[in-house]
Amino acid sequence: MPAPPRTASVQEVSVASETVAVRPKKGLFHLSLQRREAIACACFIAPAVLGFLAFSLFPLTTSAFLSLTDYRLAGRPHFVGLANYATLLSDNLFWQSVRVTSIYALAVVPLWLINSLALAILMNQNLRGMHLFRTIYYVPAMLSGVAVSMLWIWLLNQRYGLVNMLLGLAGIQGPNWLRDPRWALFSIIMVSQWSVGWYLPIWLGALQGIPTELYEAAEIDGSNWWDKIRHITLPMVSPVIFYNLVMNIIWATQLFTEVFMMTEGGPRFATLSYMLYLYQNAFSYNKMGLATAMSWLLFVAVLLLTIVAFKSSPMWVYYEAERRRP
Amino acid sequence: MAQATRDGRQRPLWMGRRMRRVLGAALTYLILTVGSLLFLFPLYWQVSTSLKTWQDAQRFPPVWVPWPPRFQNYVELMERFPVAQYLRNTVFIVVLVIVGVLLSSSLAAYGFSRLRMPGRDIIFLILLSTLMLPGAVLVIPQFVLFQTLHWVNTYKPLIVPAFFGNPFSIFLLRQFFLTIPLDLEDAARIDGAGYVRTYAQIVLPLARPALLAIAIYTFLGTWNDFFGPLIYLSDREKYTLAVALRYLQGSVRSRPENHLLMAAATLSIIPCIFIFLFAQRQFIQGTVVTGVKG
Repeated sequence: MPAPPRTASVQEVSVASETVAVRPKKGLFHLSLQRREAIACACFIAPAVLGFLAFSLFPLTTSAFLSLTDYRLAGRPHFVGLANYATLLSDNLFWQSVRVTSIYALAVVPLWLINSLALAILMNQNLRGMHLFRTIYYVPAMLSGVAVSMLWIWLLNQRYGLVNMLLGLAGIQGPNWLRDPRWALFSIIMVSQWSVGWYLPIWLGALQGIPTELYEAAEIDGSNWWDKIRHITLPMVSPVIFYNLVMNIIWATQLFTEVFMMTEGGPRFATLSYMLYLYQNAFSYNKMGLATAMSWLLFVAVLLLTIVAFKSSPMWVYYEAERRRP
Repeated sequence: MAQATRDGRQRPLWMGRRMRRVLGAALTYLILTVGSLLFLFPLYWQVSTSLKTWQDAQRFPPVWVPWPPRFQNYVELMERFPVAQYLRNTVFIVVLVIVGVLLSSSLAAYGFSRLRMPGRDIIFLILLSTLMLPGAVLVIPQFVLFQTLHWVNTYKPLIVPAFFGNPFSIFLLRQFFLTIPLDLEDAARIDGAGYVRTYAQIVLPLARPALLAIAIYTFLGTWNDFFGPLIYLSDREKYTLAVALRYLQGSVRSRPENHLLMAAATLSIIPCIFIFLFAQRQFIQGTVVTGVKG
């Protein structure tokens, strides 16, 4: 027997209960089903809503005020207007941190996406043993930033590190990777590539969603592998590329652990990331007001980035279910 | 391509295809194998350094295989630094955070996916929008908040927020709950089960894969968390493993005892590797990433 559509049956029940509700004792606690459901819903989501108010909204709004003060821990905030923002904009180190973070994000995110997509395309073939490769590439991606940083400090050690030892065996004298201003940021970017496997499951999921007929048709038309990647694979996964590009650029602006551990922002501020400078202002120099102003500038920058990304997406992202204007 | 180079039609085309396939496969294996070695060798080097003597760790040309392996390094590490204490602290925080996230997020996800209330979807969207908020934006204001609550240098700032929902987990669980057929819940309701009972006895058991994925994610995130413990914990005996590693790195800098540092780093990644091997399917199939099998 076919069941009646659920929505209809619930409507009936709730309507029935309201008409019936007139008859029995009208106690204080007698509520219609809808009311009761709404109250239950409120109870279920209450912790999350409270958490949002207490740990996101409240700090965010108070920080808007704090960014206009000279607040220090164990002190009272004094209103200073936009002085913090003015200080930042004329601070060379602030601009250095913006520069470092931008270079990092613009280098690391495309490298991540290109490398991981290339690996995923290789692994998405119908060959034996691909499972093992996925596992291998994934392992470094889930290790902690601190342990990974310690390992690379050791590997990139000028005299005893493995990297320079291998170069030495080949007769090349390696640079002092983390202590040379010309190489430090490059080293950080390269170390980040070690976690490229993080994206493999996402890509493999997307690749497996592409209908094989497309490739078969292309093959009949005589396309080679590069044509297939360019005209089928890339357009079909472009929504995923887009999503990951946006999310990871946001994520890359938060570079902290690696530079804090491996270079402490040096040498000569070559790896002073935005988050590291924010941290130093807040916890080394106790300039909470200034640090909050930095948070807000970052917030605005990320917001703008996101808006630009979403505005630009129709130009190059292909959504299968979307109808386009001719 | 095949046609262009040869003049016969059928045979060369077929041959060319087959050759190309074999060549392609060989090339694929070659690239992936070389890459794997590059990816795994640093880890091997970490473990092997941790089993070397101090002298062997700095030798050139390098000692590829430490023989006999010096497990004593681990004993020395444990004796000189309260590693067991750091481990206990970390486990304490991780367990409570996982419990908190699973409980609060599944409650909220149930509310958002199954119970109707005016304005519910708008509230959900607002919660979800915090996902786009970089954590860095909230760090300082949250610190000020916890400072005024006198929570600094306790575990509270690291644990309590977990009990108040995590937007990402709520999103994943809500997606998952929406795939569970309503008939089951309707049947339970007809049998007289209330909302709480339906949630606890019908929905939660069915959502086990999603809950497991979130637990794994939360484990990795909390275990590896560095920034939180760094700013909130100041007493050395309260350190988590991640912060302790950094302290260790700094305290032996005068005399670089890299074999001990690598032993400590190895200890800290072992649980992550175990979790990964145990839950490999969730990771590889992308359940962890999307919450649904893709």
